[in-house]
Amino acid sequence: MATTSPRNKAPAKQSWYKRNEIAITPWLFLMPAILMFTLYVVFPIFQSFQISLFKWDGLGSLNTHGKYVGLDNYEKLLTRDRSFNTSLWNNLKWLIFYLAAIPAGLCIALFLNQTVRGIRLYKSLFFFPFVISQIVVGLFFTWFYDPQYGLFNGIIGFIGFEPINVLGDPNLATYGIIAAGLWPQTAFCMILYLTGLNSVDPEQIEAARLDGAKGLKMLWFVILPQLRPATFIAFVVTVIGSLRSFDLIAIMTNGGPFGSTRVLSFYMFEKSLSEYGFKMGYGAAIAVILFLIMMVFIGYFLWKTYQDEKTTNR
Amino acid sequence: MQTTLKATIASLATAVVLASPASADLTGNLRINLDTSNPAPRATMEAMISRFQALNPELNITTNVIDREAYKTQIRNFLSADAPDVLTWYAANRMTPYVDAGLFEDVSDLWAEPAIAASLASTKGALTLNGKQWGVPYTYYQIGVYYRKDIYDELGLSEPKDFSEMLANCEAMLASGRKCYTIGTKWLWTAAAWFDYISMRTHGYDYQMSFARGDVKWTDPSVYETFENWGKLVRMGAFVDDHQNKDWQQSLPFVVNGEAGGILLGNFTVAPLRTAGLTDDQLDFHQFPAIKPGIAMAEAAPTDTFHIAANGQNKDNARAFLRYLVSPAEQTIINNGDNLGQIPINSASGVSDDKFVQQGFEMLSSNSPGGVAQFFDRDFPAEMAKAAMEGMQEFMLFPDNLDDILERIESVRQDLYQE
Repeated sequence: MATTSPRNKAPAKQSWYKRNEIAITPWLFLMPAILMFTLYVVFPIFQSFQISLFKWDGLGSLNTHGKYVGLDNYEKLLTRDRSFNTSLWNNLKWLIFYLAAIPAGLCIALFLNQTVRGIRLYKSLFFFPFVISQIVVGLFFTWFYDPQYGLFNGIIGFIGFEPINVLGDPNLATYGIIAAGLWPQTAFCMILYLTGLNSVDPEQIEAARLDGAKGLKMLWFVILPQLRPATFIAFVVTVIGSLRSFDLIAIMTNGGPFGSTRVLSFYMFEKSLSEYGFKMGYGAAIAVILFLIMMVFIGYFLWKTYQDEKTTNR
Repeated sequence: MQTTLKATIASLATAVVLASPASADLTGNLRINLDTSNPAPRATMEAMISRFQALNPELNITTNVIDREAYKTQIRNFLSADAPDVLTWYAANRMTPYVDAGLFEDVSDLWAEPAIAASLASTKGALTLNGKQWGVPYTYYQIGVYYRKDIYDELGLSEPKDFSEMLANCEAMLASGRKCYTIGTKWLWTAAAWFDYISMRTHGYDYQMSFARGDVKWTDPSVYETFENWGKLVRMGAFVDDHQNKDWQQSLPFVVNGEAGGILLGNFTVAPLRTAGLTDDQLDFHQFPAIKPGIAMAEAAPTDTFHIAANGQNKDNARAFLRYLVSPAEQTIINNGDNLGQIPINSASGVSDDKFVQQGFEMLSSNSPGGVAQFFDRDFPAEMAKAAMEGMQEFMLFPDNLDDILERIESVRQDLYQE
């Protein structure tokens, strides 16, 4: 406010900046973020697309060592590459089953949302898996699933089932990894809901109770609508997280057995950066496709946020 | 011990004469990246570097040991972004990408020096690409079957002379409630050892090399024949279960506990097996037996190498270090039974009197008339190797998928070699 008073006094001597202050200042504040975002996010997106049009081994410069091949990489990916299909299907499995983290997180949050002695300790214990590194989670579950010594086969053996090698079975391995991924993701959704539950309006609950709402009905018609922002964030983060799954796969199966647990991000890494992968262009094409898939969800997220902003501003 | 000692003394003498002008008071820095992360090789390399340091007290040496599997993906980053002076890698086709990109220094000048030219001649081919040499070897080792002699004796079995004996041994082993061979295929390449040997025993060394150059279709009947032989072992249940979850280290307890008769792998297997408590009376080695009569025996003996990074800063120091590590004396020390336990590449070095090194040395020098290959994933181009080894792992689990597997590998071959 202090800056506006001199302007009122001496309008004639205003500098160009002073005259346009209102218009420029927001941009100045945004500038660092815009610069960073352009340099580290927008620019690489276009660069990836450019690389995906080349055949290049990633060593030496793209201009001298790369060979322009047009859309060949995409053509091969979409028509002739079975590993790509496997990865895409696995991504879909991740996308669907990873969403189980949302109801699971809600259940735990509802369960923990009470005032009991030491509840904070329980909350932090439940949140613990999200704090530790994904690599450690992966190692835990690798041991858990170990066909010989693992706890998992101990448990199902106790119930009377034959031992199964979860991570060694091409049909089960992906589900095994998703289950491992759900552990920290559930904790994350739980925290979102716990904070959401804090802001649930007690008066509305009171009113609902007077009207005779109870149990599931209360949850569905009174609590959940108030948790919509939390659900929205949980949904978006879980979807993006499922598409980004990489660490767990790398640590638990390394894409195996024989490539059956690959997802797009891992396949991209394998093709372009791993021990035997020298196809930078091909990897970039996978990355572009993954980006386009993600873009659907990111676009939805942005559109939704924009709509919400419009309604609140009105 | 005697032969080793003599050789050591003799080679020490020559080394002093040869090395003294080169290693006189080096100054400046020397950065070394190593992939020798397993305990025995790591200690060996660190001891070797400290001996080099002692000769050159003014030199500031930085050593960086990287996990062996992780190294394989990190190499391209550090070669272009943060190049060390000296680094370890593998011979033959595995050098190609880095040579083509100009990231390895041409060290043909070293190979022209009389001391190296004469004594390293046997491995020159493996280090040569485009008519130039791109590094120096520091060790090589035999691959073969390491087996539990005490169990074989107990069951009245002997080292197999041909494939049918190998299968018969395996029957007896299975009948006794054990598995014949342990293997851990999580990192895929261990399966390639089996493929390499069965293919070379079925069709010979020259076939395998033209195969590596892409001249043989993966759907060719000859390839089916190879997999048919392998399939005999797979179908009878010769290999331990759940091998797709394990790396080779995790597969060793089966041998140690006597649950599997042996393992097909390189000589580096011996050190951990000994550490786990197996004595030399319990553990023995035999060459992979002949499959088809008339096919000359050929071996795979991977050569591990040192290179100079083209973007390194201290190339003179790096050259001095390479000269030092291939010198007969150093070669004798680092390859002896207490260290790497492998075969020195310098012909003037003494071969360790270690039982396994001796057997391997003998096998490679006198019983491998067909030729000596590097290893499947070093002879075949990287992408081809990856796709093929994945198929091999699948084959070991689901031998009935063979048609589909080979078709898939063949499509990779066509893409790769058409360009």
